[in-house]
Order: sequence, then C-alpha cells, then structure tokens
Amino acid sequence: MPKYMLIMRSNQAAVEDYESMDFEAVINAMGAYNESMMKAGVLLGGDGLSDAKEGFVVDFASETPIVTDGPYGETHELFNGFWIIQVSSKEEAAEWAKRCPLGPGSKLEVRRVTDETDFADYADNEYVQKEEQWREELGTK
Amino acid sequence: MAEQDVHRRVDAVWRIESARIVATLARATGDIGLAEDVAQEALVEALEEWPQRGIPNNPGAWLTAVAKRRAIDGWRRRARLDERHAALAADLDERAERSDHASTWEPIDDDVLRLVFVACHPVLSRESQVALTLRVVGGLTTEEIARMLFVPVATVQARVTRAKKTLAAAAVPFEVPDPSTWTDRLGGVLSVIYLIFTEGYAATSGDGWLRVDLANEALRLGRVLAGLLPREPEVQGLLALMELQASRFAARTARDGSPILLADQDRTKWDRGQIERGRQALARADATGRGRGPYGLQAAIAECHAVAPRFADTDWERIVIVYEALSRLAPSPIVDLNRAVAVSMATGPANGLRIVDELASGGALRGSHLLPSVRGELLARLGRTAEARAELLVAAGLASNDRERAVLVDKAAALEA
Repeated sequence: MPKYMLIMRSNQAAVEDYESMDFEAVINAMGAYNESMMKAGVLLGGDGLSDAKEGFVVDFASETPIVTDGPYGETHELFNGFWIIQVSSKEEAAEWAKRCPLGPGSKLEVRRVTDETDFADYADNEYVQKEEQWREELGTK
Repeated sequence: MAEQDVHRRVDAVWRIESARIVATLARATGDIGLAEDVAQEALVEALEEWPQRGIPNNPGAWLTAVAKRRAIDGWRRRARLDERHAALAADLDERAERSDHASTWEPIDDDVLRLVFVACHPVLSRESQVALTLRVVGGLTTEEIARMLFVPVATVQARVTRAKKTLAAAAVPFEVPDPSTWTDRLGGVLSVIYLIFTEGYAATSGDGWLRVDLANEALRLGRVLAGLLPREPEVQGLLALMELQASRFAARTARDGSPILLADQDRTKWDRGQIERGRQALARADATGRGRGPYGLQAAIAECHAVAPRFADTDWERIVIVYEALSRLAPSPIVDLNRAVAVSMATGPANGLRIVDELASGGALRGSHLLPSVRGELLARLGRTAEARAELLVAAGLASNDRERAVLVDKAAALEA
C-alpha cells in the first residue's frame, strides 16, 4: 500500500488570515481532521511547522552553501506542515487531501513516498553495490 | 471527467466510507446482510449517476441516503411493511431526508465497532470471518479480496453470502458483546485481524513469501480498531506486534525473492518510522496499567529484535524471559519452539535442543516442518552434522512454501560441504 505525503503550503495572505482566526477553532478543525484519518487507519504521522520567520535557508547556489535567516526569499508560498498517510490508491490520497480544513490561499501538494520498488532498476548502482560489499565484510550477508 | 477516473474516485470514496455506511445502515435496519446489500446497490447507483452529475460534496451522506431508500423500497416491494418495518421506514425516511441536506454527516464510531464484532462473530467460520471483515470493515471489493487471498472470486462471494446467511440464521444482534463475553469476543476479533496479517506476512502455501498488501490491510484494520478501542491493552499490543513485524518487510526478501532470515537481514532496511509506531503502541498498551497479554508479549519480543543494532547485540536473556511468560499465558508448542531457539542463543544449542526433544517426544507439531528445521539447525550448531542434515531434509519434505523448502534444502546441502 503506497504512502503519500500531504504537504501544506500557504501564501502570505493565508498565513496572516490564519493568525487572525480563532486559534481554538483552527485546532478543533485540524484535530477532527487528524482524528478522522487516525480512526480510518490511514494516518502514519505528521507535524506542523513553526513560523517561517524562525526558519532559515541553506542555499547550494555557490560552492560553499550559504545560510540565510528567515523564509526562502523569492517563493510566495510557505510550507506549514505535513501528513504521511498510507492508502490504497492515489485517488484515496486525493479524497483525504480534499477533506483537509483549509481555505483560499492554501494548497496541499500530494506526493507519493518512494519505496524499494522505485530503486529496483538501480540494483547495479555504485552505492547499492557498496552496501552489498559492506554487508559481506560485516558477515551479515 | 472520464468515466474511468470517476470509477477510481468512487472506489476511493467507498474505501473511506463503506464501513461507516454499512454500520449506520446495519444499526438502522438491525440486519447486516441487508445493510451490505443496499450499500452495494447505492454504490452501483453512484457509478451510474456521478459521472454525469459530478461527485456530491458529502459522498458518504449521499450513499447512505440512497441505501436507506433502497432498504425502504425493498420492504415495501416485498409487502413486509408490518408495524415494526413501518416505524423503521418512517425513521429512515426522515433521516434520509435530513442527511440529504446536512452539510456534515456524523456516523457513530460505536456502529463501526458493532460491525467489527458482528463480522468476527464466533458463529462464523474463520474463512467467513476473514472475508466479511475485509469486505465490510476494510471496504475491499470481492475481486481485491480474492486477489489478496489467492482464491477465486466466486469463492470469496460464496464465503460472504454464507456469512450473511449464517448471521441471519443465528439471529446475531447488531451489538457489541456484553461484559461477560467481552474478553473472549475481543480475542476473536484480534485473532481474525492477526490471521489476515500472518497470511500476508508469511504465505502458508505457493511460492509467494510475502503478501505485503494483505498484511498492510491487516495493519489498517488494526489501526482502525486501536482508534475505536484505544484503552484495550491487547488491541494496542496487536497493533504494536504487526507494526514491528512489518517494519522488517523490506529486509525479508532478497532481490530474487528468496527469504532472508533475521540473523542475515540488512537492518538499515528496517523501517525506523514503523518501529517507532510499534513501540508507541506498546507503550500505550503498558500505559493502561493492565499488564501485557499474549499480543503485547509477542510485541515485546519483536521490540527486542527491533532495537538491536546488529544480530549479535540481541538481548536473548530478555527474550527467553518474555517467552517464558508467553508460554504460561498462552501455552503452545510454537511458543515453546521459539523459546528453544531463544534459549539456544542465550545459553547454547544443547539447552535449546533439550526443549525441542521434549516437544518432539510429546508428539507436538507432528507434520509441521518447523520442529525438524529448528532441530536440524541446533544439531548443526552442535557439530552433529549427519543428524542435522537428515533432520533438515525431513523439514524440507514437510514445508508447504516453495521458498522455505528451497532454503532448507540449501542448508542441508551446505552441511555436506
């Protein structure tokens, strides 16, 4: 059964709207949503992210990575949190995503979490080979 | 929208809503068989109507309302609208009416719990319990169940039909069991879920070593039950056991599909997130303060393996103690056989062999490949090569799984070298 990550993204206006809303009502709505996925046996995990202002960005544009405070400058959407669910199909992931209590300015990006089968074609990859060798040396093979 | 897309979306909605729809209908009609039938009819209607008119905002409420109308129509058609049915019909009419307009539909968790207990009712055969649970609680189609169980579609259909007839014949009420039978009945539910899991975890026949899909369905059912009964230690214990065992899926088979034993598994392939979820479930079981039952103890053993960075780091003394507790709480030759292995790891093969020989002399596990395969293993470690080889070949002859048989034959052959 595939796993999907539901990634919550909101624009600045939606984040500000969120701040002006009754926080308890927000918690209740999200709590009910989480509970519905938990009781359906599909929720594996997830977390909310703290204010983007507390975050920082590590940029690999130059040879030495550069650390910049605050949210990523040019993008207009902020990541606020995520869920990981295990469901029977892409369509089921979409059905759960649609039930999330979010409003205009917010989006959920839904991405499948990769598993072993995604790398089956890379069995001859150097890293995979190294791992095999390493296992032989440790006598765990 | 293409009809195929709608079909897949309807399937997804069904997967999410069906248990609650069937549970709500069964509660209203008192008849789980009828509830399942009218829910299926509503599903067919949805497949006809939604491609044209779009999927309603609250598909669960829509399906429930349509199914209720079908139930009423059925009673009217069969002129069975006696006083009791008339009252039910009036109630259903009113509720169907309201749910059409209601923005939110609030199914009751208790109804889903009733559904679980009825699907696993002891009047049903194990096979029927499994089929009905996957169908009405898991929301799987007959075709999906057939594929996962490796049986023909007609067989699954027959099992579901028979199950419904049996429940009707025994006049099984749509209720959770009363306190005097609660423990036994809950135990029955747990064993159905664990049976589905183990059927997927190590296929008992054919050459499929792992049927991950089926095991994951059992996990999903286990999570549903843990959501319904969060304060039952054995529900959490079973969930913990399944999570911990499933965490090793990716490491259990080699690229060619052959099995890799625990000692040889690449532990970097174990699913750390799943191990963590398993340990949390076990912690929740312990937090009830009611002690560990057989599932909790098995989970504790799985946890000992999960936390050992390497096979050599395994805390075998602790595992022996947990097995001793388990064999007192839930005595079984399989537990004793596993205990023998743990003892052999903790204090040497001779001590393990003593337990195995005791089991063998009592005639336990006759006809199973498990005892001779463990015995062969222990004899090999003691350097009694000829006896070991003979025992492993006996085991190979008894194995019903092609992959397991191949492993045993290889082991015997390796001893000759």
